[in-house]
Amino acid sequence: MNYRGPFRVRADRDKPYPEILHPGDAIVRVTRSCICGSDLHLYHGLVPDTRVGMTFGHEFTGVVVETGSLVEKLKPGDHVLVPFNIACGVCPFCKQELYGNCHESNAEATAVGGIFGYSHTAGGYDGGQAEYVRVPYADVGPVVIPPEMDPDDAVLLTDVLPTGYQAAEMGGIKIGDTVVVFGAGPVGIMAAKCAWLFGAGRVIVIDHLEYRLDFVRNYAQCEAYNFRSLEDPVLFLKKTTGDYGADVCIDAVGCEAAGSAMQTITGRKMLLQAGSATALYWAINSVKKGGIVSIVGVYGPTFNFVPIGNVVNKGITIRANQTSVKRLLPKLISHIQSGYINPKAIVTHRVPLEEVADAYHIFSSKLDNCIKPVLIPPSAYI
Amino acid sequence: MENEKSKFDHIKGWAVDADSRNEPTYPMKKYTGDDHQRLNYTRPYQQPRNVEVLHSNERPGLTAVFGTSVPPSGLSGKVRRYAFNYSEGSFGHWLPLLLADRINVAEGIIDDFRKGVIPNILSEKGWKAEWKYNRKGLVQKVLVTAAVTVVVIGLLRKGNANG
Repeated sequence: MNYRGPFRVRADRDKPYPEILHPGDAIVRVTRSCICGSDLHLYHGLVPDTRVGMTFGHEFTGVVVETGSLVEKLKPGDHVLVPFNIACGVCPFCKQELYGNCHESNAEATAVGGIFGYSHTAGGYDGGQAEYVRVPYADVGPVVIPPEMDPDDAVLLTDVLPTGYQAAEMGGIKIGDTVVVFGAGPVGIMAAKCAWLFGAGRVIVIDHLEYRLDFVRNYAQCEAYNFRSLEDPVLFLKKTTGDYGADVCIDAVGCEAAGSAMQTITGRKMLLQAGSATALYWAINSVKKGGIVSIVGVYGPTFNFVPIGNVVNKGITIRANQTSVKRLLPKLISHIQSGYINPKAIVTHRVPLEEVADAYHIFSSKLDNCIKPVLIPPSAYI
Repeated sequence: MENEKSKFDHIKGWAVDADSRNEPTYPMKKYTGDDHQRLNYTRPYQQPRNVEVLHSNERPGLTAVFGTSVPPSGLSGKVRRYAFNYSEGSFGHWLPLLLADRINVAEGIIDDFRKGVIPNILSEKGWKAEWKYNRKGLVQKVLVTAAVTVVVIGLLRKGNANG
């Protein structure tokens, strides 16, 4: 996959085979890679320092073909799932299991750790929408896929499911809580599903695409509403939660939220703020006083128009981060094996890597009821 | 809790991760007793630098590993180098980077031609999928674009004739 500019990508065969550049590296032959909703922010040209020629893709699985001299835990032939975070495992932040905040993987920014295929702001690493990919710190991130696990379940463990789970976890959900999830994309769907695991008593999802609302109702057994059919989503949520507001609100949308002309024009069209913060705005205004707002939607690095005065006046706790995928994997693998979560059910499109431009367009334009596209490289044998 | 549980029997795994200690939830700071030494850890082996890598001025030098995907080059590279004089909290950092990205798109097209590649922009934009799944919308877009183009050309010609 080769990024050529906003809304333009193509499959190229002339990118060089990746090399071991550090003794802790591995080279992985990709068997599955996904397009993530976050990739669309890159695809739409919203993330600074996204350079022409980059390969995207931070959700992938693959077979180890080569390891550096310091790699001890992996060997050629291992089929691994690779968390999207590139993490050293030894810096103070990794020691705290904040793998998304590693201090030794992203030279170009300090606010975020290294991420595969996610612009130079996230370290300038080529990603997994390719046949082969360099995986730094191979002893830290990658996990050998359990033999009985479906490869589609495995690839969704690299980002989507852990991010949805951490969104619910950061919400501090208590037994019986009402949880509102903004966004019925793959992460919002998983957040709604995972809210039940923490004992939510009511889960409500807000989106504007009917096919996604239908999907999340069935998949996550929740209520789902189209904000286009509501005069005022915040007022509706207040009324339906006993006039107090929800206990927990989750922003699973990030910088390309629809629903507010002002936010759309200033954030998405004119780039005067770091994306449109409509979902966050609604989350802060819909949560009860003393409630928790959990943010996993991706925003740019500059400022946003958010109602910070309401955060103060309502005594809201805000929790947010890139997901620490590695920390959550043992628990989530167990949940899949126990049948609590069936991640692969959200995969709606399997597309050959050579047709990556069409896959991006389908996902970006919400065509063909697309929920989650998976790319299969020609060399994948599974 | 038992009553609640029976109410949610239809949801697999309901409350399996409920934990009264989950407040204010993860990540909790892990106190090690020597937090004052937090940056004095043994850094991993340093990846040799064989391409130009820009680094945030909020940190000394490079991280132990770094990406080498697309080193800065050309005019966009000059703008990116300028941007890295400013910290991550500054518009002087991010706005030039966005400008560099736009310059880089034009450089990419020039580079394609230099290599003898004629970029198939319609294909790169995924118009095959648009034709397959949103034919009516595509036809509408083409017709509207054509109509606007004709009107603009007409207005320009009229302006020239009057001038």
